[in-house]
Amino acid sequence: MNELANNALANSFAFNNAWLIPALPFFSFLLVGLFIRPYSEKLAGIVATLSVSTSAALSLWLAFDYFSAFPAGAEHPALVSWSFQWLRYNEYLVVNVGTLIDSLSILLMVVVTFVSSLVHLYSIGYMKGEDGYGRYFTYLNLFTFSMLGLVVAPNILQTYIFWELVGVSSFLLIGFYYTKPSAVAASKKAFIVTRFADLFFLVGILLIAVVGYNLMSLFGVPNGLPENVSAFDFAFITNSGVSTMMNNFGILTPALILIFIGAAGKSALFPLHIWLPDAMEGPTPVSALIHAATMVVAGVYLVARLFVTFAASESALLVAAYLGAFTCIFAAIIACTQNDIKRVLAYSTLSQIGYMMFALGVASATETLGYTASLFHLFTHAFFKALLFLGAGAVIHSVHTNNIWNMGGLAKKMPITNITFLIATLAISGVWPFAGFFSKDEIIAAAFGNHHYVIFAIGLLVAGITAFYMFRIYIVTFLGKARSEAVDHAHEAPMTMTIPLMILAALTAVVGFIHFGDYVSVASIITGDATGHAEGGFPIWIPALLSGLTGIGIAWFMYGGEKDRATAVTEKLGVIYRVICAKFYIDEIYQFITHKIIIRFISTPIAWFDKRIVDGGVDLTGWLTRRSGATLSHLQTGQTQTYAAWLINGVIAVVVIIWLYAS
Amino acid sequence: MSFVPGLFHWLCLSTILFSIGLYGVMTRRNAVGVLMSVELLLNSAAMNFLIFNHFAAKPFIDGAVMALFIIAVAAAEAVVAMALFVAIFRSRKTVDVTQIDTLKG
Repeated sequence: MNELANNALANSFAFNNAWLIPALPFFSFLLVGLFIRPYSEKLAGIVATLSVSTSAALSLWLAFDYFSAFPAGAEHPALVSWSFQWLRYNEYLVVNVGTLIDSLSILLMVVVTFVSSLVHLYSIGYMKGEDGYGRYFTYLNLFTFSMLGLVVAPNILQTYIFWELVGVSSFLLIGFYYTKPSAVAASKKAFIVTRFADLFFLVGILLIAVVGYNLMSLFGVPNGLPENVSAFDFAFITNSGVSTMMNNFGILTPALILIFIGAAGKSALFPLHIWLPDAMEGPTPVSALIHAATMVVAGVYLVARLFVTFAASESALLVAAYLGAFTCIFAAIIACTQNDIKRVLAYSTLSQIGYMMFALGVASATETLGYTASLFHLFTHAFFKALLFLGAGAVIHSVHTNNIWNMGGLAKKMPITNITFLIATLAISGVWPFAGFFSKDEIIAAAFGNHHYVIFAIGLLVAGITAFYMFRIYIVTFLGKARSEAVDHAHEAPMTMTIPLMILAALTAVVGFIHFGDYVSVASIITGDATGHAEGGFPIWIPALLSGLTGIGIAWFMYGGEKDRATAVTEKLGVIYRVICAKFYIDEIYQFITHKIIIRFISTPIAWFDKRIVDGGVDLTGWLTRRSGATLSHLQTGQTQTYAAWLINGVIAVVVIIWLYAS
Repeated sequence: MSFVPGLFHWLCLSTILFSIGLYGVMTRRNAVGVLMSVELLLNSAAMNFLIFNHFAAKPFIDGAVMALFIIAVAAAEAVVAMALFVAIFRSRKTVDVTQIDTLKG
């Protein structure tokens, strides 16, 4: 272990036992799934919630100890508090399973355990009376374990393993209502799309590992790394000497782009975003946990984890920046036209992840504000987006529909949900003093500060669009008249559901004031010199806030009044509106590519080859055996004396042969 | 000077006996006939034992002992075979070996 840690964290229980944070949900997963679930469904929910809450408490404790040992602004070293050797190929290719503790993993651990425990608590109320209540909590625990295993991974192979586990548990949860064909289709879609992207991720890992191994066999362990470092370790991959050498061999950019494709699949960046809106088929708390706060930011986390390496290859980072920015505006435009409350939130998640990704993309080794901003937005987004989803869940729970045009006037019926949802909406719209204001402002400032003016403009524009579509659903859902009978029977959600809402709302209101850059920044991973970043003199927050307020104003103008102004606008837009409403026909394009091209020109010939050539070959051997057997069976006459003749002639032949050869 | 048959003559007799047996095995249609031919084969083999015992290993009687064994085995075999023939005759009303061909492929 590192000497620094020996001094500062030697007596920290949370640090020495950090493995408990992912392990507790795992044990609870086994316990609940195997023993408690068949015995008592109710107890299953309670045990699952308690275990994740304990993890949350432990990770808060760990964060406290870590940041006491390395206070704000100081160097934040990456420490491996616990690990064991899992696989060993050779000296330089060793897979250690362990827990890596640095500010990034602590950030993610706190977010994941915290949101997860609130979602568990919320689910106790939300899922009450549903079939498969115990199964639901088992899956939820499995997911939490996988996600925590992913964020604490000290090497990229462990990340990959948990990355896949996260995909599996997401698959299980999306397809939770497995009797519903649309849920089954959505779960398959999510799994196949992310799995397809993960294939590239794996190739990227192998590329890095092979080249890393060869580099170390040729030149030995690079300076500044421990002797027992493995080519899979993040410490090795993010080492500046290593990335320079890989860059010289020309494999750095391809490997990183492959890894980035994996990240884009999990984070649902265009064009691999198609699974996320469909994933809303799962129970709403699941959408809050997996498809808003944790799993979909795994891609952002991965790029952030490898940020130093990405920064060494400028093109890989640029890909991230432009793809992020494109997804950001693309999803925001679609979100304006959707009528399913969860789908709007799903597209807004896509758009916000776009923000995070382009924030990482605009950062560089010297201008690192984007890195901090991205993770800051990840942090705040986790809270307000989970809150939005949970609020939407409370609404859906109460009116039993997802369509916003069947809601309306819910503010009076569900006061707590209304207030908390409004806070989250203001936060995502970037209104001071809520969390989103600070993080989004920082992202836009980062894009401006590093002279990415196109991305800056997109960021500013999308801030307005975000405010527009979020207030659109807020106004239509909570204000105005009741639009259907279901609203009359609406009632406030039970305590187990409102408490998480209130906690998240409180956090959404305050977390923006954290001086985030002092805790999580690239400077601390590169040199340990965490100086502040100049924002370029120009107060970016003014246009950002104005953009948001304009969006709110337009939403209010179109949906707030008595008159239906929105219809006129959609009619005027005509074809454009229909194209956006159909999500730019991306799903249809996929359908076309897969059915008309891949299946017709690749799968069908392969199937033919398999059926005729491969299967045919197998059939041929069978046929040959059969035919020869049938032919030879004519020798079997049933006549004893014929056999006797064969026997005698055989003996004579043998004798003759022996006699000839012996003489 | 009366004629004393030597090894060659005895072996010729044994070979003739064997050949007759073989011919019978191959050509008799009646299973009892086949069995009798098999007895001839056995007897020619037993005879060979006696001949070689007499001409090649005079003071010992190993060959004679073997011949006795063969006679005993042949008796047992005849009993079993005749029992089988009776059983076959009961079910198929024939002991013609060319008719008994249920193993035909």
